[in-house]
Amino acid sequence: MSTILNAFKEAFLLIVRFNPDFYRVLLLSLIVSGTATVIGALIGIPLGVALSESSFRGRRVLLTLVHAFMGLPPVVVGLFTLLVIMRSGPLGSLELYYTPTAMVIVQVILATPIIAGFTHASMEGVDPRLGLQAMSLGATRWQAAWVKMREARAGLVAAVIAGLGRVMAEVGAVLIVGGNLKGQTRVLTTDIVMQTRMANYELALAEGIVLILLVVIINIFLTRLQAEKGMREIEKRVTGYPA
Amino acid sequence: MKAKTIFVFLLVIALSFSVAAVAGCGTGQPTSLILATTTSTADTGLLDYLLPEFEKAYKVKVKPIAVGSGEALKMGERGDADVLLVHAKSDEEAFVKSGFGLERVEVMYNDFVILGPQADPAGIKGDKSAVDAFKKIADAGATFVSRGDDSGTNKKELNLWAAAGVNPVGQPWYLETGQGMGETITVTDQKQGYTLSDRATYLARKDTPQIVILIEGDRQLLNPYSVIVVNPEKHPGLKLNTKGAGDFVEFMTCKKGQEMIGAYKKNGVVLFHPDAKGETRGMGDYRE
Repeated sequence: MSTILNAFKEAFLLIVRFNPDFYRVLLLSLIVSGTATVIGALIGIPLGVALSESSFRGRRVLLTLVHAFMGLPPVVVGLFTLLVIMRSGPLGSLELYYTPTAMVIVQVILATPIIAGFTHASMEGVDPRLGLQAMSLGATRWQAAWVKMREARAGLVAAVIAGLGRVMAEVGAVLIVGGNLKGQTRVLTTDIVMQTRMANYELALAEGIVLILLVVIINIFLTRLQAEKGMREIEKRVTGYPA
Repeated sequence: MKAKTIFVFLLVIALSFSVAAVAGCGTGQPTSLILATTTSTADTGLLDYLLPEFEKAYKVKVKPIAVGSGEALKMGERGDADVLLVHAKSDEEAFVKSGFGLERVEVMYNDFVILGPQADPAGIKGDKSAVDAFKKIADAGATFVSRGDDSGTNKKELNLWAAAGVNPVGQPWYLETGQGMGETITVTDQKQGYTLSDRATYLARKDTPQIVILIEGDRQLLNPYSVIVVNPEKHPGLKLNTKGAGDFVEFMTCKKGQEMIGAYKKNGVVLFHPDAKGETRGMGDYRE
């Protein structure tokens, strides 16, 4: 029990003490997962919108695949990616093994289906008549899709948050392709695994607390961003002027 | 419209991959040195202590990959590592003999110990022979926790079982964690069982568990670590950093490196004893 209580104290100390090693680990977590989420959103949101708004050959197959890949086991993704980028693998000459780039790649693979799946679901949740109405007023299909995307804004933000949550909390894949190298590829989750192995339970738990805090802060920020935009939108509609 | 959609997707995907590729692209020369090693050198903090010094002195970036000795040797066989720091003597000799490694150079040793609960239900405490102790554990059917991960420690343990004439695999009292030494000690502690551990990992733990050293000092339990440069001629198609690998052997066997190993302490105890023989050799026969 005292271990758990001490962990909270340790977490506080970790944050205020400005240990450069710890902040490097923290920063790399943010950079890797942030980059992966941005790339995942750049691919996943258009993919999700297209799956909902357009009809092309193979759409159903693609949708099934996206849904299945939402539950990809990270360890398998990590192992598969490592076998490809390993020195003796087909992309070995790129020297991606045990680099942050490799960690971003596995996280993009994990985040994209989740963002695409949630985007698709939230687009489907918008009243289809909205799009039809927009088109009847002369909007092209893409303009109509844009109108629906604005309506589904909360769902799209949730999609990005879900993608970020998945990759920030993920350990199996980044451990395999990154190798938990000190100062190079060590992120919060892999450091927690290592500290646990070394029986530094307080430090491991403290890092876990910091990780959770970080995710909470990012989520508050993203949700606020979306809510404020929503409020401005409503005001503009009611008054006819931008707030 | 449809074609445009697909085109945009492909463009985005291609862009993100090319960014990734450019970011990681080497300059033709290997930019880093891959050191495949055992979990014990990482979990004890030895690597975090030695490598910055080596990187500074030889201007090379090391990527230490902590796996079991078995997996480290396999990485060497595939050419996925440049140099190995391992402890599995007979496998290492076979590795060098079949041409995958240039030379096996012993750099340090520590020893294995048999850990167990203070109550010692199998009554092994004070035994001179590790093999006898293993027999007693099997006879008592006392819980034994094995690494079960093909690591150097696991290989050593299996050799001891073979010498004791016991096949423990599949017995109800024999647990295999498949994890590193640190986790295996934790499981042993929780289960109040016995296990074979290298002394360093046990001593380096912050929270000393409820299990204690019951058997130590048997010659059978010596645990030599050696470095091996992976033979680049076995992997003509791959870019191995053989120069860096030779530098690492040189560093580990030179006066400074050996002194650093001997000076490394955790909780006030020396964990590894340097024992490189004679002058530093670096690349062995490979260097002209």
